[in-house]
Amino acid sequence: MTALNINGKDRQVDADPSTPILWALRDTLGMTGTKFGCGAALCGACTVHLNGQAIRSCVTPISAAAGQKITTIEAVTDGGDKVGKAVHDAWVKHDVAQCGYCQSGQIMSATAFLKTVAPGKLPSEAEIDSAMAGNICRCGTYARIRAAVADAAKTLA
Amino acid sequence: MNFDQATFELPANLRALMTRHDDTAGPSGLPRRSFLKLTAVSGFALGVFPMGALAQDKGAAAAKPEGLKPLQQPAAFVHIDRDGTTTITINRLDFGQGVQTGLPMILAEELDADWSKVRSVHGTNDPAYVDPAFGMHITGGSGSIKNSYTQYRELGARTRAMLVSAAATQWKVDASTLQTRNGVVIGPGGKQLGYGELAEAAMKLPVPEAVKLKDPKDFRLIGKPTGRLDAQAKSSGHQDYGIDMRLPGMLTAVVSHPPVFGARLKSVDDSAAKAIKGVKAVLRVPLDRGAEGVAVVADGYWPAKQGRDALKLEWDISGVEKVDSEKQLAQYRELATKPGKRKYDADVSKLASAPHKIDAEFVFPYLAHAPMEPLNCTVSLAGGKAEVWTGTQMPGIDGLAAAKVLGVPPENVKVHVQMAGGGFGRRGLLTSDYVVEACGVVKAAQAAGIAAPIRTLWSREDDIKGGYYRPMHLHTAKIGFDAQGKVTGWDHVIVGQSLLMGSMFEPMMVKDGIDATAVEGMKEPYDVPMRLTVHHPKLNVPVLWWRSVGSTHTAFVMETLLDEIARTTKQDPVAYRMKLIGDQHPRHKAALQLAVDKSGYGKKKLEAGRAWGVAVHESFNSVVAYVVEASVKDGTPILHNVTAGVHCNLVVNPKSVEAQVQGGALMGLSMCLPGAAITLKDGVVEQSNFNDFPVPRITDMPQIAVHTVPSAEPPTGMGEPGLPPLAPAFANAVAALTGKPLRALPFKLA
Repeated sequence: MTALNINGKDRQVDADPSTPILWALRDTLGMTGTKFGCGAALCGACTVHLNGQAIRSCVTPISAAAGQKITTIEAVTDGGDKVGKAVHDAWVKHDVAQCGYCQSGQIMSATAFLKTVAPGKLPSEAEIDSAMAGNICRCGTYARIRAAVADAAKTLA
Repeated sequence: MNFDQATFELPANLRALMTRHDDTAGPSGLPRRSFLKLTAVSGFALGVFPMGALAQDKGAAAAKPEGLKPLQQPAAFVHIDRDGTTTITINRLDFGQGVQTGLPMILAEELDADWSKVRSVHGTNDPAYVDPAFGMHITGGSGSIKNSYTQYRELGARTRAMLVSAAATQWKVDASTLQTRNGVVIGPGGKQLGYGELAEAAMKLPVPEAVKLKDPKDFRLIGKPTGRLDAQAKSSGHQDYGIDMRLPGMLTAVVSHPPVFGARLKSVDDSAAKAIKGVKAVLRVPLDRGAEGVAVVADGYWPAKQGRDALKLEWDISGVEKVDSEKQLAQYRELATKPGKRKYDADVSKLASAPHKIDAEFVFPYLAHAPMEPLNCTVSLAGGKAEVWTGTQMPGIDGLAAAKVLGVPPENVKVHVQMAGGGFGRRGLLTSDYVVEACGVVKAAQAAGIAAPIRTLWSREDDIKGGYYRPMHLHTAKIGFDAQGKVTGWDHVIVGQSLLMGSMFEPMMVKDGIDATAVEGMKEPYDVPMRLTVHHPKLNVPVLWWRSVGSTHTAFVMETLLDEIARTTKQDPVAYRMKLIGDQHPRHKAALQLAVDKSGYGKKKLEAGRAWGVAVHESFNSVVAYVVEASVKDGTPILHNVTAGVHCNLVVNPKSVEAQVQGGALMGLSMCLPGAAITLKDGVVEQSNFNDFPVPRITDMPQIAVHTVPSAEPPTGMGEPGLPPLAPAFANAVAALTGKPLRALPFKLA
């Protein structure tokens, strides 16, 4: 048993300590909003926040997260997180998703990024690109991702 | 996969299977289709009042006009709850291209539905959900909107007529005096009845055969920029895909595939795998193409994957061809000099004496589709009946394949089409490879005493190494032309594996030894004397259509060569194309002109170091022209700006067309960037994940503006046509800067 704190709730996970957070979330806890894309920290589809930092859950074992705060897409977009809500709303407004499979990870990266932007500041396009470069979208929604991140930043500024 | 409807006919055996459970009565006297219907009862599970069944009770003749096929009846497509929520079933796979919203828009337009109450769901392998043009289940050839435009309009109009009729009965007035708007029927004195209130009565009425459709000028929904119906779910982690399938007791399988395509097992040592906590079974399973694999079944992906990694396997690769990409290229070059099949046979004798000549060779590598959602398929088999959940472009063929592997009658297999995380062709297999595999796992598991449903899930490495690539191609071109750019002879050769030879599509799509998907996009719309020779070598590498299919290579070849002729003869590449495009291709000219006008081509002063690039190409009956701005920095080509001129006739959803052009352009760009190649060494695929098969990232995305030519003609598809002209437009800009044409993808700057 590994004790994890997920979206503010303490959960006991009965899985091998080497199990990546991704599979504990998806297969053990049934939280499927976090997606499997590459299994090698290359595509960002599995992005979650560990103590507020964006991490790749497909390569981070639960043993490394015991007792720490894991936040997933489900909590970030449920309305309770101001930055997450702004990002979610911008994603819908800009109709970003095509297949949508990578978008959980994109939103998690965007939210973590915007939480680092100083109040009143707007990120440049280069800064947005740099923050989002770890997340692959095979459908090619990048133009709308850029616009949505910029829009969310404006809402928050 | 540019199916020509006029010439496309399914083989009789396939057609028979595809229509196997037509709307005729089953053994029970009820129609075999017992789908959710237009009902007044909330909830899908309560869709037990199929219109057909009720009609059966009252006499089928009244309710089911002779002329209507299942795919023309609202019963399988429209479900209206008491609160007016209108759920529309789509007869295609949505894997990002937006038919999940586009098809409901078309139906809702004629229904006069309240769009805020419209939802959509995927269909199944039920015969109602075949493509009306092909008579089989298929999402491909950018045909969803094109082929189902009239179908979904008529479905909406029929449903509307039934609701109006129900209101007329209730109000005791003539139906022709009633109007509909935004989900309500409006009667005398402005009184209203909501569709939800009328649904129960409407569902008992006969389905009208003939319905009057709206004049396009009266459209309120079609043509309006409309957000995706799944935008909320896909922006919050709540959208379920095939991979998210969960069933009670479900297990997960990860399969070890042979290192060389088609190889079989010599020995299996599974002792370490079985020792891993959570592993339930290790099973030998047959794979497609006669290969064998080993499935590790466990209570989750992670233990299954760990189990697979712990297998000690010996493979017998002696009996299978071991392709080597370098040798393959040498073989293709040799083959290109030999006589082959002729697609075009113009006289090219004047080529030798032409004042200007081009002698070019183009090389295109294998490409993986790499959809973001790894391939998966969940199968449940109980009591001689199977259910399959998967994101598939061909649920009908998959259902038949599943039936064969599982040993059950085809009508006992239900394929539930799942939202898919991309596909680009990889989910449209005539061999049903990943479905066959998942069914093989379940079959073997049941033989081993495991009755649970099993989700078979591929890793990214399985996907990249798993075959079914865009085929490697070699083109050679010898072109003679005069000082005005008039082509006097064009001798062209294409060498590449056929997608369809040996498949059930061969009779329709392979003519005189030439696979139509290999030559689509050649020559047209240019009036040039071309001799086109085609070779289809057979190799042990599974190949498949990849978004825009033949045009992934033919557009590049045609549009860069045309540009080279223009450059050589010092002509403007736009003016030269306009001159060469015949008058019978006005859509090409309109799309190109639009891109030129909107981009400022020839007028705007470019930033230092940048050049214009142009290309125009028709695929799947839509034309896309790109005018791009590119530069070369430290030997690396960079794409800055893209302006698209699109001709897809009537635009159903401008937001969707824009998205598809943006996405198609980016996938076109993916072919140009370093690393975009699958290669083989001694039969083994050398790439494995996004580290060695990189795809574009946000930092590669150019600025892109999409413009459409206004038209009221019935729409043509946009899932693929945005892809083909991107790479040649980019290449032409780079060639304008360097003076050297690019003749290979990915780009190689000398």
